[in-house]
Amino acid sequence: MTKFNAWNVIKNGLNGQSYWTRQWRDPEPKSSYDVVIIGGGLHGLATAYYLAKNHNIKNVAVLEKGWIGGGNAGRNTTIVRSNYMMPGNHEFYEHSLKLWENLSHELNYNVMFSQRAHVSLFHSPGAKDSVSRIYNIMRLHGTDAELWDLKTLKKKIPHLNYHNSRFPILGAAVQKRAGNARHDSVAWGYARAADTLGVDILQNCEVTGFTRKNGNIESIQTSRGIIKGKKIGFAVAGNTSVLWQMAELGNLPIESHKLQAFVSEAVKPLLDQVVVYGVGGAHFYISQSDKGSMVFGGDLDWYKSYAQRGNLPMVQDVAEAAMAIFPSLGRIRLLRHWAGVMDMTMDGSFFICKTPISNLYLNAGWNYGGFKASPASGWYFADLIANESPHNYVQNHNLERFEKGINIDERGAGPDPKLHG
Amino acid sequence: MIRINCPYCGERDHSEFSYGGDATINYPSLDASEKEWTRAIFFRKNIKGFQFETWHHSNGCRMWLVVERSTVTHEIKSVKPCHPDLQKVVENNK
Repeated sequence: MTKFNAWNVIKNGLNGQSYWTRQWRDPEPKSSYDVVIIGGGLHGLATAYYLAKNHNIKNVAVLEKGWIGGGNAGRNTTIVRSNYMMPGNHEFYEHSLKLWENLSHELNYNVMFSQRAHVSLFHSPGAKDSVSRIYNIMRLHGTDAELWDLKTLKKKIPHLNYHNSRFPILGAAVQKRAGNARHDSVAWGYARAADTLGVDILQNCEVTGFTRKNGNIESIQTSRGIIKGKKIGFAVAGNTSVLWQMAELGNLPIESHKLQAFVSEAVKPLLDQVVVYGVGGAHFYISQSDKGSMVFGGDLDWYKSYAQRGNLPMVQDVAEAAMAIFPSLGRIRLLRHWAGVMDMTMDGSFFICKTPISNLYLNAGWNYGGFKASPASGWYFADLIANESPHNYVQNHNLERFEKGINIDERGAGPDPKLHG
Repeated sequence: MIRINCPYCGERDHSEFSYGGDATINYPSLDASEKEWTRAIFFRKNIKGFQFETWHHSNGCRMWLVVERSTVTHEIKSVKPCHPDLQKVVENNK
């Protein structure tokens, strides 16, 4: 595979771009692998990459039922942040942010990570107190976090609606190292880097069943034949329950919900930060892509669904939130909107854990926050698969935490998956 | 928009309703084990296909309903009152 560097860009520029090799191979499935990761999204690809890179396990396959970048990797708003408070979560997401900071160099692929600041508005003294507590906890753990008063905020983002009498803007909680990245590049970058280390990426390879032997999963039936794996990892957030039941493992603390996102036509530079607006149950986040489109999203559609298409009441909700905070968007036209299926968990936190089957490992339950988590998710899932025991950061991110009463509930919303936004 | 045929009010947009959740959960007895309670409160079938689920007609008659709906196509097969006695009353008045 040709490396991306200045020399190769110049060389290929002079010879008609003819020496570039393909980004990753399209291999035929082998009959068996040391590790088979089911799900070729960001988490599955990152897991395969770190298995090969950190643990020298290179006989790895990633099974993807569609194509790389065609699932939730292409259905998100690309926001990267680490403003978490609960033990386990803040270390995990902070490590993820650190991996993001070096990801383009690590993968030799420009993921266009832009640390443009994540600005979370608050609208009441109570909200300010609450967010101050969270951001102080972040500072105590070495994550950058600060509060902007109204004067600073008005200077940085002058065109917000500062005259909303129902929800006046009082200031903002800000993480400056947060920002966003280009979603496709992350998927392609991980796929290319994993492939270079010897990982087989098998696209159009849908899992249809499992063969069990002595309590373990011996082989996987797929649309491209039977594949054996010594160890098997699930990384199929959105459809985890379907695969879980295919392996006859029963119920999970997960419900599948859909989340919509929107892209407008491209406009000249308008917004330098990621802005989040959350009041009265509404939830709205917006940034501007490198192409100039406004990228934004809101809440779930509020009912359980596996359909990858959104419903109109939420389109209206999001449009109303946009107008409340950014009246200047009023004449802008939507280019497209889409919905992705989320694993919403009972406490809003993820699972990286062992399962009742000894050679099966679970990576699931990413709620709204799968995109930013992908590097650390791959890192710690690979660590779990290679070392057979969870790292300290994810030791409570298992299925037993509910029975033990150690829920990791950032929002304090209780066991109702749709409320963990 | 999903249209839900409320047995009391007639067919309305789903935006009039609030989604409850899985309608098939049976809570165990009060002295049941922690494992049983954990499974009832936290664990779900998360069916891909038709499931029974509760909806609250919160911007209408405020009654709780059991709806049989596909989580893939959103097609609705049946809508009934949650309470079995009310189900009988609705049936008798048809």
